[in-house]
Formats: sequence, structure tokens, C-alpha cells
Amino acid sequence: MLEESTESEWQSEVKTGTTIIAVEFNGGVVLGSDSRVSAGETVVNRVMNKLSLLHDKIYCALSGSAADAQTIAEMVNYQLDVHSIEIGEDPQVRSAATLVKNISYKYKEELSAHLIVAGWDRRGGGQVFVTLNGLLSRQPFAVGGSGSSYVYGFVDAEYQKGMSKEDCQQFVVNTISLAMSRDGSSGGVAYLVTIDEKGAEEKCILGNELPTFYDQ
Amino acid sequence: ELAHSYVSDKFFLLLISYFCTFRNAVLEFECNKLGHSIPAARKTGTTICGVVFKDGIVLGADTRATEGMIVADKNCSKIHYISPNIYCCGAGTAADTEMTTQIISSNLELHSLSTGRLPRVATANRMLKQMLFRYQGHIGAALVLGGVDCNGPHLYSIYPHGSTDKLPYVTMGSGSLAAMAVFEDRYEQNMEEEDAKRLVRDAIAAGIFNDLGSGSNIDLCVITKGKVDYLRPHDMANKKGVRTGDYKYKRGTTGVLAKAVTKLDLEVVEETVQTMDTS
Repeated sequence: MLEESTESEWQSEVKTGTTIIAVEFNGGVVLGSDSRVSAGETVVNRVMNKLSLLHDKIYCALSGSAADAQTIAEMVNYQLDVHSIEIGEDPQVRSAATLVKNISYKYKEELSAHLIVAGWDRRGGGQVFVTLNGLLSRQPFAVGGSGSSYVYGFVDAEYQKGMSKEDCQQFVVNTISLAMSRDGSSGGVAYLVTIDEKGAEEKCILGNELPTFYDQ
Repeated sequence: ELAHSYVSDKFFLLLISYFCTFRNAVLEFECNKLGHSIPAARKTGTTICGVVFKDGIVLGADTRATEGMIVADKNCSKIHYISPNIYCCGAGTAADTEMTTQIISSNLELHSLSTGRLPRVATANRMLKQMLFRYQGHIGAALVLGGVDCNGPHLYSIYPHGSTDKLPYVTMGSGSLAAMAVFEDRYEQNMEEEDAKRLVRDAIAAGIFNDLGSGSNIDLCVITKGKVDYLRPHDMANKKGVRTGDYKYKRGTTGVLAKAVTKLDLEVVEETVQTMDTS
């Protein structure tokens, strides 16, 4: 017991636990995440923004090992900057997702992070890509992280094609809120990013402003 | 492995690298298989923390270094210099934090000479996280990095696997929970310097008195634009008391029966005195 209290602190890896979600709507995407980062049983950061910028209109949502996810996001951010200068225009969301997928696949034995890539580009409009374990798949919406298991039923039932921007934002907030209340590794505040033709808009919803459901 | 000759001390540090981590891990495993154990690495147990206030950063640390359950150093320095405007507290394995901060400090100085500008805290953060990620957590250095640059005061916490968080207040080490409790209760935005120093002092004190891995004194480092106050010690929270009893006996306690004196022909060549801490 004495040994543990002095040594366990830095030996357990920092994970993002997490609930992340990305949804497409006509003209853009909405990404959402919780904000809890844990190391073993301790919460080391209760306000981390897991929606990381890859480019002006392309964001990715981080989950899994914090170090792995942050490193992948920073590497792809750099590669996208170079790529966008080379092609002389804003990169496609598919390019960003491919760069993430390449790293995730090549180092799949060493890394344990899952990034959901979502954004808006001129050719394809709003797009959501999953890159779990090194695959690349475009989906109308995607959930990830430890909290996602609790809300698969909810998202499958509530998602409808052709939702408006506001409906999408409400859908994302509801999902995050439900997952945070059931998953121990998710919590804190909810971050929302809405990306459309005009750009990316970040929002933070504090704990007491989140929607409440049965038993709250 | 190491090049010699014309390079100066600072450059030398650049070339020292961790070629041996894998070999060391294998050696340790083989050694344990044979039934022997490698000497325990000295860890810093520790409570370290940092806070952003109105004009800058306050970093705080305790001063106990442990080797297993024994205190190896009662007054070690855990706040390391990175650059004139950036300092870093280190928790985890003492050697790892010491060497990592020295390497990054050296690289940052070269970088700063190359750019001609005062280094930024974000640069130090990137260098540290990329190096720690490269070693996949085998370098046990958990750091609190703080400084003031052209963009204002910044505070980062850096974990051994290479993830970082940028926050207004952070704590690390075995006493981090005790210190965080104090911060969560009393932190406010835009504090004055004296309030910030008192808050950090109280947070470290919480770690010192409630965590076995932390103890002794409280060191503080206040960084503002153009000025650094390295207060070591800021607060001697655990001063050793004065002994009231004595083991010396008075002359005459034992009776003397006989006395015989033999003179030795000796010449004093050199006399040096080195005091031992017998208090």
C-alpha cells in the first residue's frame, strides 16, 4: 500500500478515457468530445479539449493514449501544412484522414489511439472518417472512446439523415451528456466544434449547462 | 560514442544520449532472473506544482529525494533551469529529470542563439514531449514547465509518455492529489504575486505533510517578465529541533585508577577540517 502511493503516480500511462463523436450534416460537420484525462484512477486534466486542429476546416477527435493521440495529431498537422502549401489550396478531408490512417496502420502494434477525422472541403462538403486500427472508412456519423459503448443504442436510434446544423449540435450534446453520465472515464465539460464553408466554430458547454435526462 | 576535442561543455551535453536504455532494460531482466536486484533508482517521490498569476508564473517544489523507503537527500533541488525565462520542476526518477532538463536547456540555448530571440515556453514543451515520446515512457520524467515569453506566461505539465496539458494550474508527483485539492479550493484568475506565492506554498505544504514521498522544505520560483526570483528555501517547513539531552558524560563520572603517558614523536604536516552533519 505504501509502495503504491509513491510509485503508481507516474507509472500508469495517461489515457484519455473519453467519449468522442462526429456527425455530418448538409454543408458541414459537428464534432463533440468530453474533457476528462485520467492516469490510473486520478483525473489529471478535467478540461482538456480533445478536438484537435489539423487544418482550418479539418479537426480530429482524440481518444486512447493521450501521448500517442497528441503526437499523431501534431505530426498530421505538420504534414497537412506542408501538403496544403504544395497543392496551393485547402487540403481535402480525405487527405487528412489518409495521413492519420497511414500512421495508425504502420505503427498499429505500438500505438493505442483512435482518431476520428472530420471537416469540410470544397469537393465533398462535410465528411466524417474513422481510422480505427488503420482502416479508412467514411461514415455519416461516428462515435469513439470508452464512453461510446454506452451510447451506440442512442445514436443508432436517434440519428436521422438530413438533419440541420442545430439539430446535429443538439444530437451531439445529448450523446456526450448521456455517455458522460454513465462512463467513469468520461466527464468534465463538453467541447463542440462546428465546421462549415465559413470556417470552424468552437464552443464549450459547462457541466451545469448540459442537458439532463432520467435520474438527474 | 562520444566525440571529444574542440566542443565546449554545453555542446558536450548534446552528444550524450540514451543509447543504452534498451540494453539496460535487458540487463535488468537478466539480472533479476539470476536472483540479484539492480540498485534502486533514486526517485523524487515529490510534490511539484505551478500556477499562472497576473504577471507571470509561480513554480513550487518540495525537497525530499527517496531511495525506496529511505530519504536519500533531505534538501535536493527540483526546480531546474531551462533558460533565463523558463524553469522546470521535475518528478519521477531524479536522474531522468536532471538529464532531460539539462539536454533540453542546452538545445534551447543553441536554438535561441540561432533565432536571435528569447526562447518560448511552447518550444521547450515541444522539445521535451517529442523526446519523452521517443523513449515511450522509459524515461521516468514528469515535469511542470513554466515561463514567461513574448506571448505572456505559460504553464505546461508533461507526462513520461509524452502527453502534455496546458493549464492555469498544475500539480505532479505522489503528492499531486493533496496539492491539487488546495488549488481547486483557492485558485482564482489574475491573482497578485503574494497571493500566488502563498497558494503554491500551501499546496506544497499539503503534499509535504500528507504524502510520505514528499518532505523537508519548500522551494519557490517566481518568473515574471524580465525577472526570476529563485527562492530556495522559501519556507523551512521541517526544521530539525534542538536536542535537549546529551550522550556526553561529565569528566569524573568514571573513577581513574592509574595513568601512564607515552609521548609520540609526530610532526603536523597538514590539517583539514570537514564537518559532518551530526545534529
